[in-house]
Amino acid sequence: MTGPAIAVEDLRVVRGGRLALDDVSLTVHAGRVVGLLGPSGSGKSTLIRALVGVQIVESGTVLVLGRPAGSPELRRRVGYMTQAPSVYADLTVRENLRYFGRLLGVPEGRVDEMIATVALNAEADRVVARLSGGQQARASLAAALIGHPDVAVLDEPTVGLDPVLRRDLWRKFRALAAEGTTLLVSSHVMEEAAHCDELLLLREGKLLATGPVAEILARTGAPDLAEAFVRLIGEPA
Amino acid sequence: MSSRATLATSARVLSQLRRDSRTVALLLLVPCALVTLLKYLFVDQPLVFDRIGGPLLGLFPFIAMFLVTSITMLRERTTGTLERLMTMPLAKLDLLLGYGLAFALVAAAQATLVSVLAFGLLDLHATGPKALVVALAVANAVLGMALGLFLSAFARTEFQAVQFMPAVVFPQLLLCGLFVARQDMAQGLEVAARFLPLTYAYDALDRVTRRDVIDAGLAVDVGVVAFSAMVALGLGAATLRRRTP
Repeated sequence: MTGPAIAVEDLRVVRGGRLALDDVSLTVHAGRVVGLLGPSGSGKSTLIRALVGVQIVESGTVLVLGRPAGSPELRRRVGYMTQAPSVYADLTVRENLRYFGRLLGVPEGRVDEMIATVALNAEADRVVARLSGGQQARASLAAALIGHPDVAVLDEPTVGLDPVLRRDLWRKFRALAAEGTTLLVSSHVMEEAAHCDELLLLREGKLLATGPVAEILARTGAPDLAEAFVRLIGEPA
Repeated sequence: MSSRATLATSARVLSQLRRDSRTVALLLLVPCALVTLLKYLFVDQPLVFDRIGGPLLGLFPFIAMFLVTSITMLRERTTGTLERLMTMPLAKLDLLLGYGLAFALVAAAQATLVSVLAFGLLDLHATGPKALVVALAVANAVLGMALGLFLSAFARTEFQAVQFMPAVVFPQLLLCGLFVARQDMAQGLEVAARFLPLTYAYDALDRVTRRDVIDAGLAVDVGVVAFSAMVALGLGAATLRRRTP
C-alpha cells in the first residue's frame, strides 16, 4: 500500500457538549514518527481515540492504512496505548501481555521480548497495581506494541519516565519506524518534539501547525518550540 | 468470533479471580455459612429447611455472579481495558462467552461445595438427583452474570453497581416463591412474578429438590432461564460499544 498511513479530513468531534476537535485535517506517511503536541485539554486524546476508531465523530473522515478507522481489518494492525494505563491492575505484567498477545495470536516468546523492550524484566511477575505509575505506563505500552502493529498510536507514552528510559523508548520508536511502523505519539512536553520527524500542534481542538520541527521554527522565526507555539496562537487566523 | 479469544479471556478472568484469594474464599464459604445458619434457624422444622434450603443452593450462584460480573465489567469500562479490547481483534461475543465460561466454572465449584455440605453434613433432603441441583445452579449463575453485565452499563461507580443488587435481585428473590408461595401473594404480585426470570429458576429447583418431577414443566422452566440469560447477554452485548462519546 502506498497511500498515507493516516489521512484525516475535516474531522469534527463533540465531547461533553463542546467542540473537542474542529475541522482537523492531517496526513501522516508510513514509517514516520509524528509527535502530537499540545497542552492538556487540547484534544490530543480525542484525536487519538478517533484514529483507533473508538470515538464517536460528528463529521469528517478518518482513514488508517486506507480503511475507515476502527475497521475490523485494522484491529490487528493498529496498536493503541490509552492515556491511563489500560492493563489489568490485578494481573502481573507477564499475565497481561500473555492475554493481549493471545488475542492478537502472537507467539508466546513475544511476551518476553516486549518485557525486555520496555525494561520491565525485574517487574515481569509483579502485579501491575503494585508498580509505579511509570512502570504501569510501560506495561501498557508493551501491550500496545506486542502485535507488531503497522501503526502505533500512543497517548503520552513517556509521561513520568526518567530521562534515560525516555531516551531508550524514543530510540525504540525510531527503530520501529525504520522497520516501517508508523508512530503517532502524543505529549504535552514540547521537548519531546526533538525526537519526531513531524509535528502536529494542537490547541483548543484546532491544528495550529503541522510539519517538521525545523520548518515550524523557520516559519515562525521562533528560537524554540514553546515560543513558536505562542507565536502561532498570536497569528491572525 | 474465535475460540482462542474466548478461552484466553476465560483464562484471564480466572487468573484475576485467583489473585484475589479473599474474594474466592468469600464466594465459596459465604453460601456454606448461610446454609448452615439456615439449618439451625429451622432446627426444629426440618421440612422448612428442606423447602427453602434446596432451592437456595441453586440461587446462591445467581446472586454471587450477578455481583461479581457487574463490578468486574464496570472495572473494564472505567479502567480503559474495555476500550483497548474494542480496538483489538476480539468479538464482543468472545468477551461475553469468555466471562460466561469462567464464571460458570466458579459457579459449579460454589454449588458443588455448598451441595456437598448441605446434603452430606446438614441433612438437607432433596427428592430429585443432586447433580441436577448443581447443573441448575450453573444455569442460574449464567443468568446472574448476564444480568450483571447488562446492568453494569448503567452504573458509573462501584457504589451504584452494588446497589443494583437490592434493586434487581431482592425483588426477584422475594417474589419467586422461595419465602411465600406465589398463590398466597396479592394477585398483582403473583402476575408480576411470572415476568421475572428468577421465578422460573426457583420453580426448576423446587421441582427437583422437593417434588422430584422431571417433566416437561422443568424443561419449560429451564428454557425460560436460558432464554432470559440469552436476552440479557444480547442486551449486555448491545451496551458494549466500540465507539463511545
